[in-house]
Amino acid sequence: MLELLAQADQSVDGLKAVGAGLGYGLAAIGPGIGIGIVVASAIEAMARQPEAAGTARTTMFLGIAFTEALALIGFVVFILLNFA
Amino acid sequence: MTATHPDPAMSLEPDTFTPESDIARDMARRLLVASPVFVVTCGIFWGANGVSSSGFALGLVALNFLAAAGLMTWGARISPEALMGAVMFGYILRLAVITIAVLLVKDFDWVDIVPLGLTLAVAHLGVLIWETRHVSGSLAYPGLKPAPKKSSFASDQEAERP
Repeated sequence: MLELLAQADQSVDGLKAVGAGLGYGLAAIGPGIGIGIVVASAIEAMARQPEAAGTARTTMFLGIAFTEALALIGFVVFILLNFA
Repeated sequence: MTATHPDPAMSLEPDTFTPESDIARDMARRLLVASPVFVVTCGIFWGANGVSSSGFALGLVALNFLAAAGLMTWGARISPEALMGAVMFGYILRLAVITIAVLLVKDFDWVDIVPLGLTLAVAHLGVLIWETRHVSGSLAYPGLKPAPKKSSFASDQEAERP
């Protein structure tokens, strides 16, 4: 009986690790797509209006950092689930 | 112009024009200003381990911003395609570096994973929101300059004017 409980405990830990890993991976996909859209739009804006490149690049940098925060939150959830 | 793109209309700005680096430096300065709040708060709840973990996380956030800006400036100097590549691969690279850095230190005695994770997320978002408020107020001056900087050539001309 104790062996069975130990095995169940181990599989819960394993499932937790798999879930955390999957969650981190999924949390990184969304920002990847988002950053692609942000940069593509900024480059298009710079090509259309080169004189506004400063504003476009400033906004692009902040947009990328905001989008990346989602991936960082996913990473934080991953480490908290796995190692806390 | 130092851009190597074949179409001059698509070339980006000169080497001296680096709004990303200006913003990243400004964010690092703000992070330095806000760091006592994070360190003291983590110290109160998690003790000495909280202080060291929080400091490590703050360093990671500052390095992340500076690396992002550096890569973007480097890409923008070459061509729009290089900018796209630098941003996308930079994203993967920086995420990998943060992951490896945290996984390397997680078993050390001075590390507590909860304050480290919380500081990482809250500091990143907090400084970003702070910076965005500042940039929103000064979007007329990209690069966060409070007033347009006069070149030495312009000031010479002004001095010669009667």
